[in-house]
Amino acid sequence: MNGLRNLTDKIKPTFSKGGKLSWLGSTFEAFESFLFVPNTVSKKGAHVHDSVDLKRVITVALVALLPSVLFGMYNIGYQHNVAVGGNMGFWPIVGYGFLRILPLYLVTYIVGLAIEFGSAQINGHEVNEGFLFTGLIIPLIVPVSIPLWMLAVAVAFAVIIGKEVFGGTGMNIWNPALLARAFLFFSYPNQMSGDGIWFSLRKGETIVDGVSAATPLAQMSGGVENIQYSVADMFFGFIPGSVGETSKLCILIGALILIYTGVGSWKIMLSSVVGGLFVGWLANVCGATDVPAYYHLLMGGFLFGSVFMATDPVTAAQTECGKWIYGFLIGVLAVVIRLFNPGYPEGMMLAILLMNTFAPLIDHLVVSRNIKKRLSRAKTV
Amino acid sequence: MSDHIKLKKGLDIPISGEALCKVTKTVKPGIVAVKPTDFRGVVPRLLVKEGDSVKAGTPLFADKTNPEVVFVSPVSGTVDAVVRGEKRKLLAVTVKSDGQNEAVHHEVPSIDKLDRAAIVKLLLESGVWPCIKQRPYGIIANPAVAPKSIFISAMPTAPLAADLDFALAMDFDAIQAGIKALGKLTTGGVHLSISQKNYAGSDFHKLEGVILHQFDGPHPAGNVGVQINHISPINKGEYVWTVDMFLVAVIGRLFLKGVYDAHRMIAVAGPAAKNPSYVEVPCGVSMQDIAEYFDDSKGTVRVVSGDVLSGENVGPDGFLGFYDNLVSLVPEGNYYEMFGWCKPLRLHKFSFSRSYWSWLCPRSRKYDMDTNLNGGPRAFVVSDTYGKVLPMDIYPVYLFKAILAGNIEKMEELGIYEIIEEDVALCEFVDPSKIEIQSIVSKGIDLMIKEMA
Repeated sequence: MNGLRNLTDKIKPTFSKGGKLSWLGSTFEAFESFLFVPNTVSKKGAHVHDSVDLKRVITVALVALLPSVLFGMYNIGYQHNVAVGGNMGFWPIVGYGFLRILPLYLVTYIVGLAIEFGSAQINGHEVNEGFLFTGLIIPLIVPVSIPLWMLAVAVAFAVIIGKEVFGGTGMNIWNPALLARAFLFFSYPNQMSGDGIWFSLRKGETIVDGVSAATPLAQMSGGVENIQYSVADMFFGFIPGSVGETSKLCILIGALILIYTGVGSWKIMLSSVVGGLFVGWLANVCGATDVPAYYHLLMGGFLFGSVFMATDPVTAAQTECGKWIYGFLIGVLAVVIRLFNPGYPEGMMLAILLMNTFAPLIDHLVVSRNIKKRLSRAKTV
Repeated sequence: MSDHIKLKKGLDIPISGEALCKVTKTVKPGIVAVKPTDFRGVVPRLLVKEGDSVKAGTPLFADKTNPEVVFVSPVSGTVDAVVRGEKRKLLAVTVKSDGQNEAVHHEVPSIDKLDRAAIVKLLLESGVWPCIKQRPYGIIANPAVAPKSIFISAMPTAPLAADLDFALAMDFDAIQAGIKALGKLTTGGVHLSISQKNYAGSDFHKLEGVILHQFDGPHPAGNVGVQINHISPINKGEYVWTVDMFLVAVIGRLFLKGVYDAHRMIAVAGPAAKNPSYVEVPCGVSMQDIAEYFDDSKGTVRVVSGDVLSGENVGPDGFLGFYDNLVSLVPEGNYYEMFGWCKPLRLHKFSFSRSYWSWLCPRSRKYDMDTNLNGGPRAFVVSDTYGKVLPMDIYPVYLFKAILAGNIEKMEELGIYEIIEEDVALCEFVDPSKIEIQSIVSKGIDLMIKEMA
């Protein structure tokens, strides 16, 4: 450990201002602060600081996401096994899933981090750790069969247009991971929706007869009796779908971690679930559909979105009161889109992006109310 | 009867080294300093030169914009040095005590016989006036203005703050006299806030001529700014005056004894303090006089005049600030910690967030904190953290952003009049993005003073 520290100290001047490799300063700093908590001390203001930093916050979020990643990996293998009618054991299934998910992660992180490092270097910033989370999410919200070059293009789009043009982590308007998905969804619809894309097949393999290749969301438009999956399967996640969204159990474990540590806002999670259930219930009462309201939580990416994506502190509403409105409207919109727009079976992505757009407006209204209160106070005294 | 206000938001930082309630030293005046930098917005005009002999109460410099506000020597002796910094900015006037403690005497009739103008004149002439601060901005009060009311907090909640019941035990009469005098300066009354937990145990509830309030809750419940926000918030065009409790005693001593006497009981505390306890010192005492309390076994000691959140790093050769009755000693945290941010346990570290385990530990546990930043600076990301430690009806992030944008109108609307640096110090402490929030607020206040002048 001391050896590593000494080595770092030895090569540090090369990367510092005036050194030969000073143009790689941000990159060096990123690796150094990854290895060691820096020795920076407070200069102005508070002399002591909390032990938490952004790296720690992101680490907690990564841990919360881990169950979904692991189950997603397993489910890739499981669904493959179902599709080809094979009889693989547990470990072969996991192995298959691992080999399938690995390229997705490699592409996402290499493309995304390269852009992050490059832009930090150009702007002379420290490298932001935000992409570590975005990068872990992106492969979880795309179909496993996505061609890798498409993924690379989408990641580049999300990081450059979605984040860096605004000034990096903390400045972006839309959730970058969702932006990547939206980019794919509208640019390459054939690879993003429809039946059959949810399975990964080796060359020459075909889906055996009698296996449904459709997600429950796609089946939903035909009514509840058209959904072939049991509630238990949908809850535990043995259904086709985007990699990370299927297991509601794993998502709930993640939600618990986020709420417990305070990293994710429970208000947004709760209010979006309430909003979704409300519209689902309304649609039942009006006879628009016979799909029970709670099915919406079990199908597709509703829960994944409301736990991991709607709660992104940068793009969500930031006032406490605004969070309730923001979350509720996400739930409402997601289910409305699902039920009444057959073109987009999954409404969660659009609902969150739309509310990301309106979050500043919601906050503005909340803050304006505070301003009015302050002004009226002046008049009454 | 007094009203009772309970605050939930905030945080008592569990830093180790709290001062024990005993006096371990009385510092005889050696070299003391009066620092213009302690007083926000004051442009000093020097009234003495090196070698002049002065008494306690002799003016050393005055405020150029407000020449009747003078700053006086706390001891008798000779002017030792006039310390200047960049661009010849006056940093301090140091006085070498002659040990005689001769003081300028003022004729002081009974307070009952004095009217407001006479009290103001006396406070200005004696050099006691700078004890009175004004909100908004936390600058020295303008004698020409009639304040809405005067607020005093008798319950400091800042980390390691001196226990006023102990430190001011001998000063009850002086405080009572001070309050009586202050009461004549305003028509809105003198508001005194006492900790609800310690209400009966504190003598301060026996003070007369005050409107009592009880507050309950973690820091910053004891900050006078927070108390004003809950009792009678400041609007545009209104002025409220505030006085630190131990400076009320300085005002009172003027009326009891007719002299400027700003000696005080300070707490010397912190993780790097040997034998943390109380020391009786003259105003502007040199840190060299309390050097035996520095414990450098954990590394270099940072000497902070004031609390660890908003105090000033004066260094081991510095001097106590005018408004401070606490010296915090913290070890410098200039070390590396391998993989510190991802170690799952890190039990020796405290965090307000639950991403560490300190929230599971008993509240009584104290932490040896140091000055390490524990991270690198980032943009505003986890922006709802601030609200959890700011018990005021203010949206902090929006106010900070308005300040960064230099938008005066928005700053007014969002509450710049109601806060000063110490009120948002906790936001800076808990911030995972390590943004220098107090500096931002400081810039905002400076801008307001400039624009509104």
